[in-house]
Amino acid sequence: MCGIAGLIHRGKSSNVGEELQSMLQALKHRGPDSTGYALYSQNDGQNFIMRFKVGENVGEGSTSVNEDVSVYNERKKLVDKNLSELGATIVKEEQLTPYSYRYEIKYDKDLMDFSKKIESVEMVEILSIGKSLELIKDLGDAKTVSERYNLDKVKGTHGIGHARMATESGVDIKSAHPFWGYPFADVSVVHNGQLTNYWNNRRALENKGMRFMSECDSELIAVFLAEKMRNGATLEEGMKESLTGLDGVFTYFVATKDSLGMAKDTMAAKPLVLYESDDLVAMGSEEIAIRSILPQEITTYDPFDGEVKVWQI
Amino acid sequence: MANLKTSQKKTKAQSMGMHTEVLTGKTQQKFFNPDEAENFFYWGTYDVDFNKRTELDVKDMNCKEANKKIDELMSEGYGTIVIKNPQGKHSLGVGILNKLNLIFEGSLGYFGVGSIDGPMVRVNGRVGWSCAENMMAGKVVIEKNAGSCFGAAIRGGDLICKGSVGARTGIDQKGGSIIVGGDAGAFTGFMMQRGRIVVLGDVGINLGDSMYDGTIYIGGKIGSFGSDAVEAPMTKNDIDWLNRKLKVAEMNENFDVSKMTKVVSGKKLWNYDALEPTEKKGAI
Repeated sequence: MCGIAGLIHRGKSSNVGEELQSMLQALKHRGPDSTGYALYSQNDGQNFIMRFKVGENVGEGSTSVNEDVSVYNERKKLVDKNLSELGATIVKEEQLTPYSYRYEIKYDKDLMDFSKKIESVEMVEILSIGKSLELIKDLGDAKTVSERYNLDKVKGTHGIGHARMATESGVDIKSAHPFWGYPFADVSVVHNGQLTNYWNNRRALENKGMRFMSECDSELIAVFLAEKMRNGATLEEGMKESLTGLDGVFTYFVATKDSLGMAKDTMAAKPLVLYESDDLVAMGSEEIAIRSILPQEITTYDPFDGEVKVWQI
Repeated sequence: MANLKTSQKKTKAQSMGMHTEVLTGKTQQKFFNPDEAENFFYWGTYDVDFNKRTELDVKDMNCKEANKKIDELMSEGYGTIVIKNPQGKHSLGVGILNKLNLIFEGSLGYFGVGSIDGPMVRVNGRVGWSCAENMMAGKVVIEKNAGSCFGAAIRGGDLICKGSVGARTGIDQKGGSIIVGGDAGAFTGFMMQRGRIVVLGDVGINLGDSMYDGTIYIGGKIGSFGSDAVEAPMTKNDIDWLNRKLKVAEMNENFDVSKMTKVVSGKKLWNYDALEPTEKKGAI
């Protein structure tokens, strides 16, 4: 079933890492396999932040193939070599787990070429690129992942997250949400539902040069929106097109560096509860997610079928 | 208590045609026997005093603990129970089968007050999906909004939401009344079989889709009609009933119900024809 949560502070920053952790932990019963965060944090905006993985987490019920850790180092060296060839400069690098890294890099050319080059290294996947976006996903519940990556101290304006129950694809990081809106900086998507025209859309999008890293149907939403925006559509226009372009049942959130949006399919088959005030929008699959950060009495509502909403920071 | 032993003796209920099975094995099924006084006792119910009032803070309880505590309070005769800090928890106040004034000071999650038979419930907040599912009797008033599947499969009673509700309101409804002060989402009255739905605001697409029977009244705009849902003329009885019900529902008494759209089943779907299954197969 999966659980999704999102929030946006309008006009100020807050402790979004901790808030999103509380919301996702409240939804743990909807998806215990993996948890992901897309946090829009307070960075100086000068450099790109690239989060990438060079292998999978093979513990905690993973369906991934076990690999020797030494291959991770080899892949990392190849990534560094490719960055150098691309003309990118590594300003800062952090190894967060044996299989995942966070790089701050200077780069000013095309991100699609950049991504293709980096991901040409076997098993390497860019989880996100952006000047604000920090995308973290791993196996385990919200608290486990947050502690592993020290997310509870991340400050920012907004974020989206996902607690996943693996159904149509494996228990692994590549199938976990959020998905980066390749090749756009600072775009991320989380989804609750099932898409039934995944392969038709995937084939069409791959023919247009878009890339898929997993066989998770939710990835299609990120790629679908990215392709629309690449052709000039605004985020909201792309989201509205998705209501007819995507078959199935879905509620999804999409975030950019300065906005947060939600869309619900035309049958309203997947749940979503929304709280909206002048300075905060919080939403989740269940009200208990919102209550975990707003225990006082508030007014919430369910968006209707076929509804698309976008909020700016 | 249930007779778990094999029984070959024909009971009075069987003689009356209430059921025909003769049990030959161990079973937990219990059949109604009018000869036994114990069968007139509604299991799990309590005689409560409405004037005996208490408060219950469920902030640190899970739903099982909270429901058990409500049960204990009813067994002690409390007839008015105020629940503090429900905070969107799921399945609170379910399975209450006796009269009771139950007040929630806050919002409920999924399946709130489901399978109830008799209590008067007021939720001073919002409710999540499937509020009052399978309700048999009583009155439930939601002061704010409600999620999808509001009043799914209710058999009786009055279910009222003063705000707006999500999709599939009254899905599989088999009786009773659902009254909504605001708007309602898609598939309102989907496959409803009996009872009435009143929405003072707008409704989404596929209103009354595949409804077997029952009546829907809409005050605002209709997204679209579902399969076999058709408009019917408003009668004086409709108007009288609506005026009475809106009063009961504490809704706008000045609302002009005569201008509402009445929707019923067209009864043109295949399940209404007189064909036997074999004939139907031939026709297809």
